[in-house]
Amino acid sequence: MSAVLEVENLRISFPDQERHRFYPVDGVSFTLERGRTLALVGESGCGKSLTSLALLRLVPAPGRIEAGSSIRLQDTDVLSLEGEALRHIRGRRIGMIFQDPMTSLNPVFTVGDQISEGVRAHFDVSRSEARERALRLLQEVGMPDPGSRLKTYPHQLSGGMRQRVMIAIALSAEPEILVADEPTTALDVTVQAQILEVLDHLRATRGMAVLLITHDLGIVAGRADRVAVMYAGQIVEEAPTAQLFARPSHPYTQGLFASVPRISGPVSRLIPIGGSVPPPTAWPEGCRFRPRCPKAFEKSELPPPLLPVGADHRMRCWLAEDAPG
Amino acid sequence: MTAVVDTLRRAWQNPRGRAGALVLAGVALAALLGPPLLPDPVAQPDLLHGVNLPPGLGHPFGTDQLSRDVFARVVSGARVSLAVSVLAMALSITLGAAIGLIAGYWGGTTDIVLMRLVDGALAVPRLFLLLLVLAAWERVPIGVLIVLIGTTGWFATSRLVRGEVLRLREESYIRAAEALGAPRRRIIFRHLLPNTLGLLLVAATLGVGEVILLEAGLSFLGLGIHPPTPSWGGMILEAKEVLVTAPWVGVFPGLAIVITVLSADLLGDALRDSIDMWRA
Amino acid sequence: MRRWLIRRTGQAVITLAVAVLLMFVLMRAAPGDPLTRLSGDRALSPAEIAVLRARYGLDQPLLQQLGAFLQGLLRGDLGASIEYGRPVTQLLAERLPASLLLGGTVLLVNFSVGLWLGSRQALRRGSAADRWLTVVSLIGFATPSFWLGLVLAWLVGVHWRLLPPAGMHSPLLDPGSGFLANGMDVVRHLILPALTLSLVSIAATMRYQRGAMLDALRLPYIVTARAKGLSDSRVIWRHAWRNAVFPVITLFGLWLPVLVAGSVFVESVFAWPGLGSLAAAAVGNRDYPLLMGASLLASSLVVLGSLLTDLAYGFLDPRVRLS
Repeated sequence: MSAVLEVENLRISFPDQERHRFYPVDGVSFTLERGRTLALVGESGCGKSLTSLALLRLVPAPGRIEAGSSIRLQDTDVLSLEGEALRHIRGRRIGMIFQDPMTSLNPVFTVGDQISEGVRAHFDVSRSEARERALRLLQEVGMPDPGSRLKTYPHQLSGGMRQRVMIAIALSAEPEILVADEPTTALDVTVQAQILEVLDHLRATRGMAVLLITHDLGIVAGRADRVAVMYAGQIVEEAPTAQLFARPSHPYTQGLFASVPRISGPVSRLIPIGGSVPPPTAWPEGCRFRPRCPKAFEKSELPPPLLPVGADHRMRCWLAEDAPG
Repeated sequence: MTAVVDTLRRAWQNPRGRAGALVLAGVALAALLGPPLLPDPVAQPDLLHGVNLPPGLGHPFGTDQLSRDVFARVVSGARVSLAVSVLAMALSITLGAAIGLIAGYWGGTTDIVLMRLVDGALAVPRLFLLLLVLAAWERVPIGVLIVLIGTTGWFATSRLVRGEVLRLREESYIRAAEALGAPRRRIIFRHLLPNTLGLLLVAATLGVGEVILLEAGLSFLGLGIHPPTPSWGGMILEAKEVLVTAPWVGVFPGLAIVITVLSADLLGDALRDSIDMWRA
Repeated sequence: MRRWLIRRTGQAVITLAVAVLLMFVLMRAAPGDPLTRLSGDRALSPAEIAVLRARYGLDQPLLQQLGAFLQGLLRGDLGASIEYGRPVTQLLAERLPASLLLGGTVLLVNFSVGLWLGSRQALRRGSAADRWLTVVSLIGFATPSFWLGLVLAWLVGVHWRLLPPAGMHSPLLDPGSGFLANGMDVVRHLILPALTLSLVSIAATMRYQRGAMLDALRLPYIVTARAKGLSDSRVIWRHAWRNAVFPVITLFGLWLPVLVAGSVFVESVFAWPGLGSLAAAAVGNRDYPLLMGASLLASSLVVLGSLLTDLAYGFLDPRVRLS
């Protein structure tokens, strides 16, 4: 079991209109292991996408990663890299897939160009060799008729095929880590399953580590080895997938489960979580879930740390102190 | 209406918009109040000793080849330029709004015919449209000049308004009003027109700058305002002959044009930004 | 694609036809008889006027005049110039090359310098350089071309004697001198008029390109390109710029009317022997057939330019090309 990526106390800040800084990502830590999938789950606005962008140092201006944060790729300290060294991380060590394959592909270049561009950015190979590799990548991601697809433009492809192209681009420089930011949100349900199959297959055959970012607990089961639940810029619960599904402990996680329809098991009412995610400019004091939490009590006015609730299972809630450890 | 007031306020908060508005107001004020306090811009006081004097104490912008005070003529020219451009612009905007509303609201054949006409009209550079008509006049009366400039300036505005009307007609509140059987007049004057006011304001402000340049150009070609009435373009035409010996005669009216048009453009830009912000 | 091409071309033809009708109506609707302005030094006798009216077809009903005009137009006959007594088409053809040289140079400068500066502004949005470039280009936009031309001709041409202030060829140049010497001579004459027209029109390009580039840099595929590990310059100039240039191409169609009108002033100030100075002279001489011919040619250039723009857009943007 070897860690390929370690994120420690990641904090990302933006200035508001009065130039006070606020923290959409506020102290996130996790570890990614070779050949494993970690799912980062949360509602939109919880900071999960920003976290993924930070891994490649792509946090948009005027945002910045605060001092004290650490992102380590084995022996490399990502946050100390600049210029060319940084470029060698992007695509080569970490490949990235984005949510909307329509807008994330450049409309004026062919699919083949966009994949081989990624190859040639990192390997000193000829145009035709890059082309060959692009073809093999399209085969690998299960693109039907890959040879003729090389010459097509993104708008000529269906959503699912575009996302396969995105994955091929992410793989073009053979990274050891694949970050997939909501890779199936923009797709039909049937296509979603196909794309997730491709990701699973790649993880198994290439031994890649996958960071799967999603708001959908439904696609996590059976695919991710571990799950980290994010709320308001922090990880609020983290456990092996089976453990989390068997015993969701944080009131927020429990709320998420209650609001997800289950196919098996007794039919129960869906209970949405009351209220909505606060904006990052106004994270609540103390426990950030307190204003929406049905189980909040006096101690919730103090910010809870991640506390153990079982073997390899932690949550950011004072209730953990009462739980049988 | 509050939308327009809001637009104006936000444009005023923009430093460049404010600078434009202030300078423009200054020019307008000078044009209104200045001429009675200044030397006669037409009379030729001293053809023996007062010709082509360089700028100095008595004549801040110098005098021209007919011994007239250039400063008085520039201020007096502001009167003509602003009057012509504001009136012509008002005519253009009214025509453009009316025809844009008609084309966008009635649609169908009316729309197609009107927009084909607009396409054709936009294909002839505005200057050439005016040259073709103005060449027939020995001395065009200023009223006719205003009407002609006004009637050749509405094409682009009508396109703009039509597009906005088409967009607005898809909005639910207008559809609701139509479904409830509100009379056309009410829909047009209560719903459509007020919503295009901001656009028209921007088009008018930017258009004033364009018309000042156009009028100056026509006068420079001898087709606009005729001497001895001072106009900025006409002054530059007359200054051509003394450009080498008395450059100030031509330089100052040109600077007046640049400053006035620039102010109108800055204000127009600020208004547009303000409307974009309001829409976003 | 082919159907779109045919439809777009048909549209251009209709537009031009409407423009021709409009110009004809405008000219005939103008008050007074064009011939009264012809009289020159002495008043014409009624008999002479009658002869002239018959010669120019002015005694016919308006519709017949239009018919005759259109027939001539289809034969490529625009009548004879009153001032020069020669066919209008011949005069226009003689003057076209000089105008194309001037206009082409200005387009080239606007496209290259304007796109470059506009892109730089977008990349350094909000910086002092960005703000200054905006102000300077706006000043250019607010400047009357004829005045700027006069000031430059006076300063550079007369006062400092750096460049010739007027004309296209130096009268002192030995007519037998070689191609290179002639070319350099024309270039020296070209600089001031081209500079004047570029300065007053470049603001539009810069502003458009700045906006388009800012829009392009905000799009998700830029993040994809960076995430691939491409260099900054490749991300900017290949991925963002290629997309930002499309909207600017349409600007080409909007420039042409501005350039055509601007050249009337700039060519007459610098005595550049092109269509613009010809049109200005036709106005001065009340030479109606010539003025009409010049207006027609200007409109045709505008329509053709906007057609070519659309076709180029369709050809360059795969989203249009392949649909």
